[in-house]
Amino acid sequence: MTTATTIEATHDDHHHGPEKGLMRWVKTTNHKDIGSLYMWFAFTMLLVGGAFAMGIRAELLQPGLQLMEPQFFNQLTTMHGLIMVFGAIMPAFVGLGNWLIPMMVGAPDMALPRMNNWSFWILPFAGGILLSTFFMEGGAPAFGWTFYAPLSTTFAPDSTDFFIFAVHLLGFSSIMGAINIIATVLNMRAPEMKLMDMPLFVWTWLITSFLLIGAMPVLAGAVTMMLTDRNFGTAFFDATGGGDPVLFQHIFWFFGHPEVYIMILPAFGVVSHIIPTFARKPLFGYSSMVYATASIAFLSYIVWAHHMFLTGMPVAGELYFMYATMLIAVPTGVKVFNWISTMWRGSMTFEAPMLWAVSFVFLFTIGGFSGLMLGIAPADIQYHDTYFVVAHFHYVLVTGALWSIIAATFYWLPKWTGKMYNEKLAKIHFWWAVISVNVLFFPQHFLGLAGMPRRIPDYSLQFADFNFISSIGGFAFGASFILLTYIVIDCIRNGKPASSRPWEGAKGLEWTLEPKAQYHSFNTPPSRKLIKAESQHS
Amino acid sequence: MKKLVIAFGLLFSFNVFAEYGLNMTEGVTSLSRDIYGLHMMVFWVSVVIAIVVFGAMLYSLYMHRQSKGAVAANFHESTKAELIWTIVPMIILVGMAVPASKVLIDLEDTSKAQMTVKITGHQWKWQYDYPEEGISFISNLSQDSKDAVNGTDADRENANHYLLDVDNRLVLPVDTSVRFLITSNDVIHNWWVPDFGVKQDANPGFINDAWAEIEEIGTYRGQCAELCGKDHGFMPIVVDVVSKEDYKKWVAKKQSEAAAAAVSATKTWGKNELMTKGKGVYNTNCAACHKADGSGMPPVFPAIKGSVIANGSAAAHLSIVLNGKGAMPQFKMLGDSDLAAVITYERNAFGNTGSVVQPSDIKSAR
Repeated sequence: MTTATTIEATHDDHHHGPEKGLMRWVKTTNHKDIGSLYMWFAFTMLLVGGAFAMGIRAELLQPGLQLMEPQFFNQLTTMHGLIMVFGAIMPAFVGLGNWLIPMMVGAPDMALPRMNNWSFWILPFAGGILLSTFFMEGGAPAFGWTFYAPLSTTFAPDSTDFFIFAVHLLGFSSIMGAINIIATVLNMRAPEMKLMDMPLFVWTWLITSFLLIGAMPVLAGAVTMMLTDRNFGTAFFDATGGGDPVLFQHIFWFFGHPEVYIMILPAFGVVSHIIPTFARKPLFGYSSMVYATASIAFLSYIVWAHHMFLTGMPVAGELYFMYATMLIAVPTGVKVFNWISTMWRGSMTFEAPMLWAVSFVFLFTIGGFSGLMLGIAPADIQYHDTYFVVAHFHYVLVTGALWSIIAATFYWLPKWTGKMYNEKLAKIHFWWAVISVNVLFFPQHFLGLAGMPRRIPDYSLQFADFNFISSIGGFAFGASFILLTYIVIDCIRNGKPASSRPWEGAKGLEWTLEPKAQYHSFNTPPSRKLIKAESQHS
Repeated sequence: MKKLVIAFGLLFSFNVFAEYGLNMTEGVTSLSRDIYGLHMMVFWVSVVIAIVVFGAMLYSLYMHRQSKGAVAANFHESTKAELIWTIVPMIILVGMAVPASKVLIDLEDTSKAQMTVKITGHQWKWQYDYPEEGISFISNLSQDSKDAVNGTDADRENANHYLLDVDNRLVLPVDTSVRFLITSNDVIHNWWVPDFGVKQDANPGFINDAWAEIEEIGTYRGQCAELCGKDHGFMPIVVDVVSKEDYKKWVAKKQSEAAAAAVSATKTWGKNELMTKGKGVYNTNCAACHKADGSGMPPVFPAIKGSVIANGSAAAHLSIVLNGKGAMPQFKMLGDSDLAAVITYERNAFGNTGSVVQPSDIKSAR
């Protein structure tokens, strides 16, 4: 960087620095401020959704109903799923994208900063509307996060209309977030940065954005049809009016399956940054990682009915969806093999981000194996809607998506705050979480295979032992987040100053910025030389 | 090929798994065994892949660490490696898809059926109809389980198969290919008996089918496997599989019971008679939501005690019970005398002062 540009950067900061006080956060159009807002919102929702999970595990601790009525139990499972998916995981990834993408592509900010502000500020209201249903007559939605008709139409409480409105708002927010990321990556990228120079987190988010834009309107369509079925006398999902309840499931899963990959592709991106850093070796197979991500995204649109093998599909349909589903194992496998090859003959150290990333590879792969088993249509007959499925998707979403978010938080926290977190505490927290999460979810495989259906508030006695173990693991895992909260706040308040590149092997444009990244990342686009030097595959 | 899959599955399956409820049941039909074989095949393929992949990873995590003096290499690309780990998994997948397809096609072929049972899901009970034999009955969670839900641990241990027992069991003959026609009266349910390898959604307004030829006499238990509302966890399935002779006897007994019920529906009942019968029907069908003391769970499930409907016109009351309303399911599937009894009970128990309803009133209201 020349002296002239440095002066210009300082000059710019002077005029566009953050406002003081609370209004900074309300009016901000800065990608870092908005990124932080997203992250804190997601973390709050994670704690709320986690509290619901604690309620669920407390009721399932032993047979019999001790704490709640079945209807309230159903409200908890429903809201746990909705809050975790739409309130925690998705906003957390948008937050990471906001914080990191402009820095990674050498841009000063997001392409559409005002829309960025709006897409965040919709979220607290949508979340508030969703949570307020608990206090309404008839209680919160109790039909599962998949809200199958007609349980969610004819047989649902009045609060369902508020749920529909909340889902619409969440959809707006996600679509705007996605448009913003696409615009930023394609238009704000440093002129010298080619697409195949982009770091994988940027690639995975670019592809995820297209999934969001494709999938969220379908969800909006589904809830709108629900709305008119409930209130305006249509019969999309009602056989007595010529509709079909299975139509709902097709529409829902046409959204729902891409949604699964919306929650995991950015995680792949995060891990593809962390493993090379701590292996001190370039990412293995960069271009195959990009192609694998794109193939997974494409396949995610054509496999939706593997969630519906028992709805009475014709056998030809079942065969097709089984084959297409099995195919996803190929690009996913490529990713795992590439990560392991990246580690191979590296010079590894195991700071907290690496611990989370390595355990991601292990545990996500376990979720992948159970996913392969679920994809075998005849075997799915015995797995469907049991705790085996619950175990499967918690392995991919908790020890997959959430793991990568925690890994990313530790990895980039020095860049966000300019300070180092307490490594010792972070390691204790990691081992605490990784052990308890397996105590929590691994026994659920056995419960499912032994025949315990999901979404039941009480169970017969042969399921008692594993449920007890699972609940104890659940409480321990829940408690680990108290320590995580402390570590992050302690880092922000008391952390030791970090260097601008706190990880020895880290590459990427974000590490060329100041220790605490300046308010506007790159006022002058980085040079070709710098981009090359910081690229993941050189 | 199918036999090979099963043999492969059986070879590696441990009996201890079954005893401690760790693994999927093998079941008692050819389909459940095929499914079990596929399950074990995919499981062991996954285990082998896991050993290779995790083994390589663990080796690397141990050997290639800075603290052991490892110096980082700089290789980061190999088209050959990428091709290998794309093509080899493809071959493994094809190897799994072939037997899976065969089982799937067999599973969906219900043309060999020797008899038919129609299964209808209701919130939260199952109705079984034998269309050819003219038998129809409702199957509810058994009373001792219902009582034990909010009871003590001892209650649950003493209850017969807690949460997995019913008042009226489905009875099927052994070694007979049975076709199940599965549908629903309200929301989506799912009829699942793990030992048969049968799990099929019950969709309102549509009929799905499945089949099973059960090879062993015995009692088999299952549960609803699709969230269907409040008492989704409390609508189990129990099937008694009996010898062909015993099945014939059971059919004859059920048919004579049905004939007796038809006669009783034509006579005029005394109020006390209706109240006694009505209490039983009420506790089985209504108490889950409206509570045994009629207090309900407002606002979703209103009280019957002191309700305007139960104390008002009998016609309005009858129409709600027959046709349902909002969260209240319809109860058309109950017999005329059961309905007359339960409605009379609701109108005269809990301090209510409504009129008496006779089976003939129900018949004309249908």
